[in-house]
Amino acid sequence: MSETLLEVRGLKKHFPIRKGLLRRVTGQVRAVDGVSFSVRKGETLALVGESGCGKTTVSRCILRALAPTAGEINFTIAGKTVDLAKLSRAQLRPLRRHMQMVFQDPYSSLNPRMVVGDIIGEPLLINGMTDRAERRRRVLELMELVQLPAAYINRFPHAFSGGQRQRIGIARALALNPELIVADEPVSALDVSVQAQILNLLLDLQDRLGLTVLFVAHDLSVVKHVADRVAVMYVGRMVELAETEALYSRPLHPYTEALLSAAPTPVPDAVSTRIILEREIADPANPPPGCAFHPRCGHATERCKQERPEMIEAEPGRFVACLRWDELSLRGIAAMT
Amino acid sequence: MVEPILSEPILSVRGLHTSFAAQEGTVRAVDGVSFNVFEGRTLGVVGESGCGKSVTARSILGIVERPGRVTGGEILLRPGDGGAPVDLLKLSPDAMRKVRGREIGLVFQEPMASFSQYYTIGNQIGEGIRLHLGLDAKAARERAIELLDMVGVPQPSRRVDEYPFQLSGGLRQRVMIAMALSCDPRVLIADEPTTALDVTTQAQILDLLRELQEKKGLAIILITHDMGVIAEMAHDVAVMYLGRAVETGPVRDIFRAPRHPYTRALLRSIPTVLAKPRSRLPTIEGSIPHPFNRPQGCAYHPRCVEIIDDQCRTEEPPEAGPETHRIRCFLHGGHKGAVA
Ligand SMILES: Nc1ncnc2c1ncn2[C@@H]1O[C@H](COP(=O)(O)OP(=O)(O)OP(=O)(O)O)[C@@H](O)[C@H]1O
Ligand SMILES: Nc1ncnc2c1ncn2[C@@H]1O[C@H](COP(=O)(O)OP(=O)(O)OP(=O)(O)O)[C@@H](O)[C@H]1O
Ligand code: SF4
Ligand SMILES: [Mg+2]
Ligand SMILES: [Mg+2]
Repeated sequence: MSETLLEVRGLKKHFPIRKGLLRRVTGQVRAVDGVSFSVRKGETLALVGESGCGKTTVSRCILRALAPTAGEINFTIAGKTVDLAKLSRAQLRPLRRHMQMVFQDPYSSLNPRMVVGDIIGEPLLINGMTDRAERRRRVLELMELVQLPAAYINRFPHAFSGGQRQRIGIARALALNPELIVADEPVSALDVSVQAQILNLLLDLQDRLGLTVLFVAHDLSVVKHVADRVAVMYVGRMVELAETEALYSRPLHPYTEALLSAAPTPVPDAVSTRIILEREIADPANPPPGCAFHPRCGHATERCKQERPEMIEAEPGRFVACLRWDELSLRGIAAMT
Repeated sequence: MVEPILSEPILSVRGLHTSFAAQEGTVRAVDGVSFNVFEGRTLGVVGESGCGKSVTARSILGIVERPGRVTGGEILLRPGDGGAPVDLLKLSPDAMRKVRGREIGLVFQEPMASFSQYYTIGNQIGEGIRLHLGLDAKAARERAIELLDMVGVPQPSRRVDEYPFQLSGGLRQRVMIAMALSCDPRVLIADEPTTALDVTTQAQILDLLRELQEKKGLAIILITHDMGVIAEMAHDVAVMYLGRAVETGPVRDIFRAPRHPYTRALLRSIPTVLAKPRSRLPTIEGSIPHPFNRPQGCAYHPRCVEIIDDQCRTEEPPEAGPETHRIRCFLHGGHKGAVA
């Protein structure tokens, strides 16, 4: 068993809802409401779920772009563990280089007035690599790593395709040899043919550099190709976490089953019995009592409306938050083709 | 599934060309697209960003934005009364306005952008009904409630008086579909109708479209970049690349045995939930050329791994293959060395 790089415990992030002239707080959006998981060194953990379930908020809390409302974010570096949630800005500064972000939109995340060499070299400069020649050597090394031709070093981002811009973003994120990469929907803005190139690049880089990746995505097909383990979120909470194959072939949570069933597969006549969930995703400002999924769940009972399921270790390495998980026998992807 | 009998197409697009003139040059957004759409069937139009899917839809409806212009081809619509097909490109703007909504309905990706914020959804659905069917305000409201009920909007008699911003994305898309179907069109064009939605909501909307098609015998043109959605929804598919339909035919044939090198490569490069965890995907080299730098010859040749010879680099491949399965590739016809 590999060591733990990141351990998130009871993480909460609530955003106040303000109304009226006095901007009085009238409620809270419970964007993240008690999430726990850990990320092992060298693995890719995918965080999946539908729009608004809190994926980006979790990753922004981990990078401390947001201050968590509650919980611990234990990060282990050079044998020492620190709780990022408790650190001040100044205390965080030396740690930031170990955690880098790759963004969804390669178009808006790059400074249009900087050439590629400067974009990739900027984090190096900020962290004290003032020697031009040395910086250039490192930039070229990084460009080779992400398969960008060295000849492009003086071009501006607008001259690049979406896939190339995403490569620039990845090179920049890797500049300081981070331990952890947080990639928030890194391929969802890309065309299919380019998406495959970037996914393969991420897999290669991880093998070569031993990176640890938190991969945030809503597309379960994409996730299947990159993740070692998958965590599923629903309305601010985690509902299931398991090894990728186990989660896809034998989901334990009814929401995971429904998500898998709704994912379109490029095989005609594949799905004859798709699960069509009723209603819509609950509002995190006003989550349903009990299990937040109960209004849409085909297996809900009276108990589900009142009692909130906690995340438990159902089997070694498999976690689920459903009151009825051991009574249900849910369908995985094998049953859908 | 019982295959409907192939009769005459309701809508037949023949050699459609639409281009945009700009200072840097002309973008041939749609460059000779042909396909047929049949009653009770769905034609999927699929392809990567910028390949001309939306401009094709806009050309059919006669709503191409300036400086775009349809420069060639025919769009033949078979009238409901069994008369001879009418070329929509030859209709007056007035006659075309009657076709839009009445004969062909349209659903967009982003319903929010297509609604007015100042009118209730009842008013907006009712507008088309009053215009096309001549109903009075009260009857139009009744009809709007019926339509909302038909597309599965809960409590339709309350929702009819709400404004678009009060609805969730999924409900808005249902209202958009109700609006598109308000005058019982025979053809529905849906341009990325579920791309902005979550998967579970997408499944609901696709299910609704299927149900409405069965009930009304609608011919649907479903535009998407998602091969999974095509596999699930469409009977026939047109695969587009840089303004061309490079392969057109029955979905089952094309997914089981794709013939155009682009279709083959595209299908292989799609991630699926059925893959082995952490398995690398076959890729297509390079990226889609910028429309101003459209390659000579077969537009796909710089990325093609099955390229034959210089003819691919210099000549445009003609449409070839069996009647129901058309391919634009020299491997399948038109090559001087006669490889096929
Ligand atoms: N700064 C903020 N102020 C108020 N509410 C916020 C803020 N940021 C996020 N939220 C709310 O918190 C919830 C979770 O948002 P988040 O962006 O984390 O979701 P997500 O899972 O990343 O969704 P998506 O797939 O759409 O990116 C949403 O309801 C969102 O509206
Ligand atoms: N108003 C316009 N002015 C100039 N060029 C345009 C205009 N609208 C579309 N185009 C060009 O026409 C081509 C086809 O665009 P279209 O919108 O049909 O693509 P699409 O297949 O719908 O792509 P997407 O999947 O991104 O929606 C593109 O190269 C685009 O840049
Ligand atoms: S706890 Fe109940 S409502 Fe929630 S997922 Fe399990 S069975 Fe469904
Ligand atoms: Mg997000
Ligand atoms: Mg489009």
